[in-house]
Amino acid sequence: MLEVRELRKQFQPLSGQPVVALGSVSFRVESGQFVSIVGPSGCGKSTLLQCIAGLSRPSTGRVLLHGREVTGPPEGLILLFQEYNKSLMAWRSVLRNVRFGLENRAGMSRVEMDAEAQRYLELVGLKGFEAHYPWELSGGMQQRVAIARALVRRPEVMLMDEPFGSLDALTRIELEDALLRLWESLRATILFVTHDIEEAVYLSDRVYVLSCRPSQVIEEIEVKLERPRNQLTTREDPRFIQARRHIFELISKEMAKA
Amino acid sequence: MARLPGKGLAVLLGCLVLWEVLARQSGALALYFPPASQVLATLAAIVGNGELLGHIAASLWRFAQGYALAAALAVSAGLCFGLWRPLYVLFEPLIELLRPMPSPATIPIAILFLGIGDEMKVAVTVYACSWPILLNTIDGVRAIDPVLLNTAATFRLGPWERFRKVVFPAASPQIVTGLRVSLAIALILVTTSEMVVSNDGLGFYILDRQRSFQIPEMYAAIVALALIGYALNWLFLTLDGWAMAWHKGLTGKEEIL
Amino acid sequence: MKESRWSGLGFLLLLLLLWEAAGRYGWVHKLFFPPATKIFASFYQIVASGEVLGHVGVSLWRAGLGYGLAALVAITLGVLMGYWRVVHESFEIVVELLRAIPPPAVIPVAIVFLGIGDQMKVFIILFSCAFPILVNTMDGVRGVDPVLIRTARTFGLGQGALLWKVVLPAASPFIMTGLRIALAIALILVVISEMVGATSGIGYFILDSQRSFRIPQMYAGMLVLALLGYTLNRCFLLADARLMAWHKGLTARQR
Repeated sequence: MLEVRELRKQFQPLSGQPVVALGSVSFRVESGQFVSIVGPSGCGKSTLLQCIAGLSRPSTGRVLLHGREVTGPPEGLILLFQEYNKSLMAWRSVLRNVRFGLENRAGMSRVEMDAEAQRYLELVGLKGFEAHYPWELSGGMQQRVAIARALVRRPEVMLMDEPFGSLDALTRIELEDALLRLWESLRATILFVTHDIEEAVYLSDRVYVLSCRPSQVIEEIEVKLERPRNQLTTREDPRFIQARRHIFELISKEMAKA
Repeated sequence: MARLPGKGLAVLLGCLVLWEVLARQSGALALYFPPASQVLATLAAIVGNGELLGHIAASLWRFAQGYALAAALAVSAGLCFGLWRPLYVLFEPLIELLRPMPSPATIPIAILFLGIGDEMKVAVTVYACSWPILLNTIDGVRAIDPVLLNTAATFRLGPWERFRKVVFPAASPQIVTGLRVSLAIALILVTTSEMVVSNDGLGFYILDRQRSFQIPEMYAAIVALALIGYALNWLFLTLDGWAMAWHKGLTGKEEIL
Repeated sequence: MKESRWSGLGFLLLLLLLWEAAGRYGWVHKLFFPPATKIFASFYQIVASGEVLGHVGVSLWRAGLGYGLAALVAITLGVLMGYWRVVHESFEIVVELLRAIPPPAVIPVAIVFLGIGDQMKVFIILFSCAFPILVNTMDGVRGVDPVLIRTARTFGLGQGALLWKVVLPAASPFIMTGLRIALAIALILVVISEMVGATSGIGYFILDSQRSFRIPQMYAGMLVLALLGYTLNRCFLLADARLMAWHKGLTARQR
């Protein structure tokens, strides 16, 4: 349902040769899947998400959502940014930030929107924080507000750009599981970018490994671990360890090339 | 001023007392420098008998007009320039040329075109106040974090909604800074234009008392003007604190970290 | 960046041409709106004849003296108030009250004590420039990282050396901000004081030109003043870039 076809993106810096971030990236994501993208630093993962989200135009290649080409931010798709604190609105309370996700849609009254926002806040475990302001919350809680804001729109596809990258290990674990629970109950399609190999394997049905610049998909790895996943048992599963090792080797080789 | 400013008040009182004592020591000095008590008494008198009120009203009215017009014009222009870079680039040399010219230099040209009445004074005030507001507004819009704008894009906001819900609130702290700076500038220009050519207003009154050597009245009016400036500033800060509470909290937190 | 400059300059040129046409063809009253060429001619004349340069020199002298003295007084006071909380708390109210007085209002007081000569103008400029420098210096000093100060102390620095070698340099970006603001204020106040009571100076020159209906000269005077302001600002920015190169690098990295 989401298809990326030979996506290529190059940038023209102020001086010198054009920088090719994405060489030729192709893959497909089926509806309801949880897919991760991993790769060495600087390989263009964020750029890839921006192109898929319609915020950036690819140099060549296409992104197709339900068979239709993406030329601008498409309906039913939300991108969650890495710097979540910069994407939340400091002048709105937590509730109103979540409500923002619904606001430019016709047909809901203020009261209805607030109620819906309230629901999703509870879903992400932030009940009681409606009147707080984002800067009053911890990093992990802010990220949850951003997630709630995206979810309140019931998107078909959620793109997440290293959402847990700047959180401490314990918060990260908590949010990984929270995300999985949400995903399972809402059955959205998630495309998850991370530099954390273990996180990618833990969360996903499928992991795409990107090469260095100009990036391509080196390999697609299917993660056949049972769901629901468990932080302890899943991570000790030999198949988990094997997948992790394999991806690690792939990326190490890539980074050695650079 | 959360704590009771004991030391500050003590020093203030000390200064006033010192002023009083020094002024009383010498009769000659008292002519140039009347004791604080006399100044305050005179202030009470000229306010009480209505002499000063007319001038205060005239100055405040000019101030209000000038400031409000400048705010409306400069914020609008600043938003346009901030949002449309080609437009800004078009006007940039003109802005850079006019900007370093001290605003009082426009008084003669304003007199030429508008005479010596209220229009001239308001016009000069509008010109002078517009600059800090304009420049701060442009900066405020330009400095909006791209992540915020991208967020608006991924939520598929239309241009008007994006402006109303994201751009304008995000730029507002900087706009408020510009408004605050131009508050003081407005008072300065109103006072100056009244001193250069006028027959009413606090600026005129102060200079006129000096010329007719009514020194206590001169000081009294200066005190009145300072108090008005102080009150306007306090009013502004209060409104700002209320409307921009979110920003205070945000920046407050960053300071702690 | 390069091509964008051209469109702006082109626009400026267009405005000048419109101005020229408006003056020449009488679209507007020729008296109020002399053609641009006439203004430039007048500009050339007053500069070449040295007429305006004398006024500019006088204004610069007054502004420079007032500015320099203000910097000395305000930086000293600012450091004291910023470093010692006691001093700050004691003088805060008085400073805030004095600061609230719009500088032009102090002119008549200065006239009473100092007449309408240079001293009055220098005093006014001193008074007006002192406050932004003071406030910014104070903020800068207060914002110096305590860790920095403690580190210096462990190296055995006494108070004097501490202030001179650690606090002042650390606060210098803020002090520069205050000095930059005060530069603009100095120019504004010298013009104001020359319009209210003077017989020389660029401010007086412009007003006098208007009063004696030498209108092209009035505009030319304004142009001189704009150029003066621009030049002073540029010089300041150059000095700032030199002195504060370390700070520019630091903030660029932080961004």
